[in-house]
Amino acid sequence: MNKILVLFAHPAFERSTMHKSLLDHIKQLPNVTINDLYENYPDFEVDVEREKKLLSAHDVIVWQHPFFWYSGPALLKQWQDLVFEYGWAYGNENYALEGKRIFNVITSGGELEAFQKKCFHNSTIRDFLLPFERTAEICKMIYLPPFWVPETEKLSNAAIAEYGRQYKDLLTLIGDSDLNDPKLSATTLLNSLVT
Amino acid sequence: MNPHDFLFQAIIFLTVAVIFVPVAKKLGLGSVLGYLLAGVVIGPFILGFVGEEGESILQFAEFGVVLMLFLIGLELQPELLWKLRKSILGLGLMQLILTTVCVTALAMAFGFGWEHALVLGMILSMSSTAIVLQILSEKGLLKTPAGQSAFAVLLFQDVAVIPIFAILPLFSTSGKAAGVAKNLTWVDGEPGWLKGLIVLGSIAAIIIVGRLLIRPLLRIIAKTEMREIFTAMSLLIVIAIAELMSQIGLSPALGAFLAGVVLANSEYRHELESDIEPFKGLLLGIFFMTIGASINFHLVADQIGAVISWVLLLIIIKSGVLLLLGRIIKMGVKPNFIFSFSLSQVGEFAFVLLSFSLQQGILPPDTVSLMIAIVAISMGLTPIVMLLNEKLILPRLGTETKPQREPDVIDERNKVIIAGFGHFGSTVGRFLKSNKIDATYLDIDSDRVDVLRKMGFNVFYGDASRAELLEFAGAKEASIIIITIGDSEKRAELVETVKKHFPHLHMLVRSANRYEAYDQMNAGLLHIYRESLDTSLRVGIDAMSLLGYRKYTARHLANTFFKYDEQALKKLSAIRDQEVYINEIRKSTEELELIMQSDNQFIIRSEPEPDIS
Repeated sequence: MNKILVLFAHPAFERSTMHKSLLDHIKQLPNVTINDLYENYPDFEVDVEREKKLLSAHDVIVWQHPFFWYSGPALLKQWQDLVFEYGWAYGNENYALEGKRIFNVITSGGELEAFQKKCFHNSTIRDFLLPFERTAEICKMIYLPPFWVPETEKLSNAAIAEYGRQYKDLLTLIGDSDLNDPKLSATTLLNSLVT
Repeated sequence: MNPHDFLFQAIIFLTVAVIFVPVAKKLGLGSVLGYLLAGVVIGPFILGFVGEEGESILQFAEFGVVLMLFLIGLELQPELLWKLRKSILGLGLMQLILTTVCVTALAMAFGFGWEHALVLGMILSMSSTAIVLQILSEKGLLKTPAGQSAFAVLLFQDVAVIPIFAILPLFSTSGKAAGVAKNLTWVDGEPGWLKGLIVLGSIAAIIIVGRLLIRPLLRIIAKTEMREIFTAMSLLIVIAIAELMSQIGLSPALGAFLAGVVLANSEYRHELESDIEPFKGLLLGIFFMTIGASINFHLVADQIGAVISWVLLLIIIKSGVLLLLGRIIKMGVKPNFIFSFSLSQVGEFAFVLLSFSLQQGILPPDTVSLMIAIVAISMGLTPIVMLLNEKLILPRLGTETKPQREPDVIDERNKVIIAGFGHFGSTVGRFLKSNKIDATYLDIDSDRVDVLRKMGFNVFYGDASRAELLEFAGAKEASIIIITIGDSEKRAELVETVKKHFPHLHMLVRSANRYEAYDQMNAGLLHIYRESLDTSLRVGIDAMSLLGYRKYTARHLANTFFKYDEQALKKLSAIRDQEVYINEIRKSTEELELIMQSDNQFIIRSEPEPDIS
């Protein structure tokens, strides 16, 4: 069973029913570790050594966060800046994370249709995630398509629970799959594997 | 009674009490029944240690009732009454009226005249606060709709005792009330209108004196920081008021109750409670024992049929009335059964009222004796009735379908207690308060308590290292205690008290310096706050900033220093030997310097090379 590390970054988690539902659905999975960054590092003092150990112990990494200004919340960036050290994560012939799978699980208020060429945002969601993708590639990790929950403002309680269930199915599927299975990379969104 | 007799009596009473009360509690019968049983054992029908002379003890012990009403008054905070106003007035009043009517009818069916029947109706409509609250809290039902409604009914009964005390003498058939006739009061012989005026004037005086005089007086006493004098003062207040009331021909209990209500909002509430409580407990215990000793078993044996039918019919009537009321307020079926059966017994107030009726010549001795037995049996049956309800009735009701009533909030104690409200504690308190987190504050400095109360803080005067005071401040229901007392010895004392009596509390403890922190760590504390550490580091950050360091860097270095220092503290706390200690300190200082110098957050940071080959 593949071990999955969820790096969860949300500065106002207590106000997010969506992220609560997502986490509630996966926290019982035996192969999943949840690392709540804002809870562990309220003063932005990321414990780099601890994080490196955690990353090394897992096969699949998940960045779970709300989509703030086309990126993640500030602490997630701080985490990247500190943990992906030169000489450890990349460079100088050292690639500690080589071959690990990594992807984003994001929630956004924006509408699904608005994320297309010629539409409101004039780019796809995958386009906006390019910095994450390149960071992963520099560290020789394999970047998978995102799992995306759009239009969170409009969702009913039933829909929120449904996304939670999908997320749980997704992590269960990834936990049990051969990570070389091409279906994991072949879709635009990982959502399509569990709907 | 000569002193020798007195001590001998004391030995008998205390011996049976320490034997029977723990046993009764263990059997789930509650302490009231334990005292009653103990009384029966020393009474004329078994060991015969106390007999006729029990009368004088009873009068002494009755003072326990006065103290109990004072404490009930103290507990009656206006906010709590307001929150539960609907249940108290609706449920409580209806319960009392309907039950009184039904029991009166029952008594008349048993052949009593209407006057006696009505007196019995009022007396037997009471339920037992002690037994019900204990059972409900043991079963974890106190915060459920059933528990809250039961609480409201009991609260109403507590208050209703006062007017009942006033009404009962009107039924005195002997013309002149026996008890009052013995000791002449000041107002005897005065015309009726003057009596009335004096009574009203006295009540007004209690309220005014309570508000204006007693609080400053308590403050002065508190300043002496002599506990026994504070206790003496507490007792003096109650006794003086009780005496004043008897002198003007009113019930001492009423006066004590009033005084309690007047002081309920004062900062000395918890301290008064914890001072009076043991006296009340013991005197009431003796009271219940004398009641037990006075049960006439010949009489009970002669009328065993009547006793059994009384008990069963009372339980049926009392729970029947409550079932009906529960129905009316749309309580769910299951909660309604729990609510109704929990209150189906007759309570300890009945003993008080019965012995009062006897003294006043309202009820004949035989009736009182019989009723005392009936009341005691109904109390003893409560745990069994609850058990039968749980095992036989509730399972047959099927699953709950009716929507549950939205629970009222009852006396929700604060989850946080802050001990010590000086500069340290008040900052913590202000921060929590600004986030709408209410705390209960305890402080020993009466001047400061005064000022802070004016500022709107819920501060109480008292020595927080005493277990009873903590209990009254809600330590059982709280989840956190923040210990910010300035005196380190007092802090250590309080830590011990909490560890012993309230181990469930998270303790957050102020520490003067690292040496005290070592002791606290060795005492097993997890949350220790050295009082000057954070401030000193902030000074360090600003100093570095003035020297030209970037603020973010200085801040980060301070954070690193802080983290390391806390870890080192843990290591050092285990060392006892002076020399080893100094060595370790030197080592850790060097280690820290190394860590700080090698800290390279954001230092080696270059753009990742775009093409990696």
